Amino acid sequence: MSPEFLAYGAFFLTMALTYAIICLGLNVQWGQTGLFNVGIAAFVAIGAYASAILTTPDAAGRIGGFGLPIAVGWVGGAALSALLAFLVGWLTIRLRADYLAITTFGVSVSVQLVALNLVGLTGGPFGITFIPRPFGDLAGNALAFGLANLALVAAVVLVTYLILERLVRSPWGRVLRAIREDEIAAQALGKSPKWLRIQAFTLGGAIMGLAGAIQAHFIGFIAPENYLPMITFQVWAMLIVGGSGNNRGAILGAILVWALWALSGQLIEATFPAGSQARAASLRLVLIGVALCAILLVRPQGILREVRTLSRHALGRKQPEVSS
Amino acid sequence: MNPQVVIDGLIAGSMIGLGAIGLTLVYSILRFPNFAHGEMIAWGAYFAMSLSALIGAVIGGAGAPIAPFSFGWGLVLATIIAMGLTALLALAVDAVLFRIFRKRQSVMIIIVMASFGASMALRSLLEFIYTSRPGYFTRELQIAMPLGGGMRATPDQLFALGLTALLVVFVHLLLTRTPTGRAMRAVSENPSLSGLFGVDVDKVIRTVWILGAALACAAGVMSGLLVQIRPYMGFDLLLPLFAAAILGGIGSVPGAIVGGLIVGLGEALAVQFVGAQWRAGVAFAILVAILLVRPTGLFGRQA
Repeated sequence: MSPEFLAYGAFFLTMALTYAIICLGLNVQWGQTGLFNVGIAAFVAIGAYASAILTTPDAAGRIGGFGLPIAVGWVGGAALSALLAFLVGWLTIRLRADYLAITTFGVSVSVQLVALNLVGLTGGPFGITFIPRPFGDLAGNALAFGLANLALVAAVVLVTYLILERLVRSPWGRVLRAIREDEIAAQALGKSPKWLRIQAFTLGGAIMGLAGAIQAHFIGFIAPENYLPMITFQVWAMLIVGGSGNNRGAILGAILVWALWALSGQLIEATFPAGSQARAASLRLVLIGVALCAILLVRPQGILREVRTLSRHALGRKQPEVSS
Repeated sequence: MNPQVVIDGLIAGSMIGLGAIGLTLVYSILRFPNFAHGEMIAWGAYFAMSLSALIGAVIGGAGAPIAPFSFGWGLVLATIIAMGLTALLALAVDAVLFRIFRKRQSVMIIIVMASFGASMALRSLLEFIYTSRPGYFTRELQIAMPLGGGMRATPDQLFALGLTALLVVFVHLLLTRTPTGRAMRAVSENPSLSGLFGVDVDKVIRTVWILGAALACAAGVMSGLLVQIRPYMGFDLLLPLFAAAILGGIGSVPGAIVGGLIVGLGEALAVQFVGAQWRAGVAFAILVAILLVRPTGLFGRQA
């Protein structure tokens, strides 16, 4: 295999893995807790913009440009996104589940508006350029640069996955699922559904913000058009295809859907004349929408179904297996 | 303050209000926030655009403007047929999607997600068929007439306001004075109990879709007549629709129209005092405020 092909493969896989991180974040919110977030694009965008503003060198006409290390940007992006998630969660989760959906949709519209119009902070429609890239000094060698970035993002996916798996099996994770399945029963056992849901929503928001920051640094520039509602659709499709409630499913779904997305994009470029490519691209979105509905109708559990987790103490006592 | 804000706000608000009526009825009777409702507005407008072009091509003179308006009787006829087609579209989406979840008694949030997928598919399908180039019903230019008090409006705008008032009164009478309306209110209270008492729940659900889609189509045609027709026109209205429905109190038709007018006036005020580019943020600000202060809405009952 030629080095160009390998470098492209590394690029492709790195992008897919950044989506896998977003998907893991969504899995905390939806898969484990049943919270419907229609504003994924907003949380990813907040993480990306926060990190870009913290780490870019000073630029004329724009606030920020602190030139801080990339790691600080990642943490800052995750923290700001977590704060937004906490506020949205606090506002709506005490009310009704459907209000969370509507409000997150509003958040995504508003964040898009701020990114476009608050030119002094976000660079407006042109976005922010010259975001420092990890291993930037390797940029001369496409293959080495690609593989180094792939290794870094893969490491982040692995660490996030391990932490989340640990959390899923912890008492905290079990209470979350208990609330998802039967709120009143969980309440009767003295658990506070509202507070635990806000915690889960905030954690998911932090992970999405981290993913946004990683993506921004990997690509090197960001603009409002990267954070249209389409991202939200893509990530939902990834989680539903892979299997909501299952962290491995979230990663698998992200890679699969991103592969389909990238391949169909290449196919459209190769087969349609330049004039009708925008048209063909909209057909691709029709298919994503239909696919989302079809999976919900036909196989709502996705490819990898949720693994049943019990407390290890309960397992030790060999409780009778209850069908889920 | 420029008094023109009132006219601009009322016109934007009446389109939001008409859309919000359908949203609030589906929300209270089928019990889910339908993210695909905005697409009914856009599809309605495109149906009317294609039909009016077709009618104009077949019958010469159908497109000739009826003074003082910018449109001919061809568009009026096209809108009436388009309302029917939009209703059929809503019933079709219900038959292949929402009805199946209903029969399975899926949790509400799964249905919300399906509506989210359906909105993506329907909107992109419009973009595929008509491309994203904006369309217009008419190329006629209209001069705004002075109304007194420093306010101006074109004849088309006044027509839209009048038609909205007429439609709202019609829906209100339908809901409060007819057996169909009583059945709808009963299902909204308690679907299984009303079914037990002999209410045809399926018929009520069909009525809700037909009514909501027809009103959405009317809103789409008005928006297309006064602004332009784009595949994203409905999606961009979705947040104002939700803000209006929640502000008015879910399930309340007068609430939806009052909520729509408040959101429309808020947008017009924002355009004048903050800047047109922030217009789309008004609905979100209103939504957050109402969730903080009075989550049941102005006319809503305690949940």
